[in-house]
Amino acid sequence: MNKKESPMLVSNLELVPGKRVTAHFGIVQGSTVRAKHVGKDIFAGLKNIVGGELKGYTELMQEAREESIQRMIAEAESMGANAILNVRFATTSIAAGAAEILAYGSAVRLEDI
Amino acid sequence: MLDLIQIGIFLALLAIGYFAGSIVERRHYASIRQRERAYADVLAFMVRFPPDRVTPQRAFLVHGTVVVSSDYFKTFVASLRNLFGGRFRSYETLMERARREALLRLKADARRRGAKLVVCVRFETTTISSGWAPSMEVFAYGTALIPEGEAGAQSSGRSRLLGDGYARYAQPGP
Repeated sequence: MNKKESPMLVSNLELVPGKRVTAHFGIVQGSTVRAKHVGKDIFAGLKNIVGGELKGYTELMQEAREESIQRMIAEAESMGANAILNVRFATTSIAAGAAEILAYGSAVRLEDI
Repeated sequence: MLDLIQIGIFLALLAIGYFAGSIVERRHYASIRQRERAYADVLAFMVRFPPDRVTPQRAFLVHGTVVVSSDYFKTFVASLRNLFGGRFRSYETLMERARREALLRLKADARRRGAKLVVCVRFETTTISSGWAPSMEVFAYGTALIPEGEAGAQSSGRSRLLGDGYARYAQPGP
């Protein structure tokens, strides 16, 4: 089997073909609130004049998503689950340059059919 | 005198926003079109339940994100447009670029991890309120499937992977 990555199966499918759910552990979630330092904010403010991608913020959101997924996985692991299905994301901007990123899903035990 | 300087700065910003903004937009569109051809073999679907013939060995989450910002000119035009209502063409292109870019990054993530099929793709959009010009984050996520027997990145059996019903969605590569 090719399982070099995390043994936890994370997916936004409701059912994974070829596998069946043998136990439900309920909702697991991970969230993080992030902000960039003022320098990046000022740079973004300047970038607002010419438009285009704000790489600093893209990076910020990317890191924050990874982190919230990791926290969600940690919670599922502590429950003894081996998969998280139906994963959803929610984002809220709390203040200028700060955002909360939430990842949540159902922790389950999956077995091959 | 002070008023003149202020008007001068405003006009300068407007001109910079217009010229630099349209250059940025044109380059971005060119880059998007080029990468869309390059990633034509990575397929993304919205289906919630993948086809029966695919029995994946591995399923994992892939995602792509981008934060785009409006430029000074677009913001100004939009504020005028707000008086009359109607289509904000300047923002439409901005959002379209962001969506296509996010989807491309999702496909790049899938390919990097050896997958050629992504199902259950969803988009999520967030306003990031930074400064006076709106910036938007577009986030695309989905589940990448690698079918049984195709262990890694060198998978080539597109028809086996997709099944007959899906083969017609496959676009020929460049």
